[in-house]
Amino acid sequence: MKTKPKTVRISIIGFGNVGGGVAEAVRRKREEIERRHGIDIKIVGIADLKGAIVNENGLSEDAIMKPKTRRKPEDMTSRDVIKEIEHEVMVEATPTNVENGEPGLTHIITALESDRHVVTSNKGPLALEYSRLMELAAKRGKELRFEAAVGGAMPIISLVRENLAGNGIISIKGILNGTCNYILTRMAEEGLPYEHVLKEAQEIGIAESDPSKDVEGIDTAVKLVILANSVFDMNMTYEDVEVTGITDITPDALKLANDAGYMIKLIGEVDRAGGLKVAPRLVPKDDPLNVGGTLNVATIKTDLAGDITVIGKGAGPIEAASAILSDIIRIYS
Amino acid sequence: MKISMDIELKDIPGQLVRALKPVSDFGGNLLSVLHQRDKKTPSGRIPVQLVFEIEERRLDRLVEVLKERGVNVARIGKERLKDSMVVLLIGHIVHSDVRETIDSIDSTGFAEVVELSLSMPAVDKKSAASVTLSAIGKEELKEALNILERTVNKKGIMVISSV
Repeated sequence: MKTKPKTVRISIIGFGNVGGGVAEAVRRKREEIERRHGIDIKIVGIADLKGAIVNENGLSEDAIMKPKTRRKPEDMTSRDVIKEIEHEVMVEATPTNVENGEPGLTHIITALESDRHVVTSNKGPLALEYSRLMELAAKRGKELRFEAAVGGAMPIISLVRENLAGNGIISIKGILNGTCNYILTRMAEEGLPYEHVLKEAQEIGIAESDPSKDVEGIDTAVKLVILANSVFDMNMTYEDVEVTGITDITPDALKLANDAGYMIKLIGEVDRAGGLKVAPRLVPKDDPLNVGGTLNVATIKTDLAGDITVIGKGAGPIEAASAILSDIIRIYS
Repeated sequence: MKISMDIELKDIPGQLVRALKPVSDFGGNLLSVLHQRDKKTPSGRIPVQLVFEIEERRLDRLVEVLKERGVNVARIGKERLKDSMVVLLIGHIVHSDVRETIDSIDSTGFAEVVELSLSMPAVDKKSAASVTLSAIGKEELKEALNILERTVNKKGIMVISSV
């Protein structure tokens, strides 16, 4: 017996790496998602700083790929698209801003107030205004999902809240920043100094030209705040996290750690007593947290299931899109 | 010699003094007393962990006197440092009085620095050390780490502890 698939119209606000990745993932997976989940995803609007493009019947691949066909921001802003174009789910994929959460914060509020579900990869609004946003979503009877904000493709938020429902969560700790993991892994393997490996990471696009958010532990701290609020129902902000980055780690230190059977990793840790800490830590070589390269990993300590560890790719457009697509599908299943 | 001893007291007032007095009577030097009022043994007694220095020949007599006074001696440990951890330090470790750093742990009576490997690059560069701390129990080991962190934080040294 075949039922008619449900059409789900989405907008993508912020069309950089992640937004582009979502469009690409929808293009690749559309038929499969319709067949397996009975959902027909249509992209009806795309908007970013450069302009907007909309079509209530679904944008064609051509239109998505050709930015020149877009309307200028003066004619149509991101907010206009969110408010005025009829759709069910707004995908918020603008860059993270931990100072005031904008423009993502306004986008999310506008969407919820226009009775749209929100799926986002944007950490800023969640780290700054988590409870306010969740309250607004609840009041509107809409969902606000953000699996892509923590750990990229690595499932952690739905894993804890849905698959591990019934467990008390004692603590979560792990590597939540692929850039730091890459730098420390390379330093340990090659015995190279921090500055050298950082430059190398910048050249191959793993570290940004201003790497401070990653290497000083800020990105990890923000993700920790999101975990604390969403998994432990806390009301934390960035200020509540004790943060130490990796800039002072030396090749000597890595070698001594290695001789004693350890690796040094930047570990974010949150426990149910409310302790939030980001710091370089010694990880035994045989511990599941010891993963290399740009991988992310998290060990969830639970009272019934014991320890559960997930490993996955933390960054990358298609990886983030994977988390966003699962969030969209979950809203309708 | 240093002795760790687990004793168990009746849950009535005055028992701790009753148990500690003989230790000093026999010339013992108490280093640490861990009185766990919130824990009880199955027989309803209160466990206390002692660490003290005493002449070995007086130990047997001390145990007899404790038993006469109604104190259960559950364990006597000469191999007393049971739990260990490795921590890493990065900073100007030697030139910020490494001796004082080590003493801050050794003087506790319940924990010691049992191993230290040092790596010193150029004179003006930060050095690194891996330090093995041992203590008579898990709680004491945690406390030793706290003491170490407090001691070296003042010296601008970073502590990397194990997950």
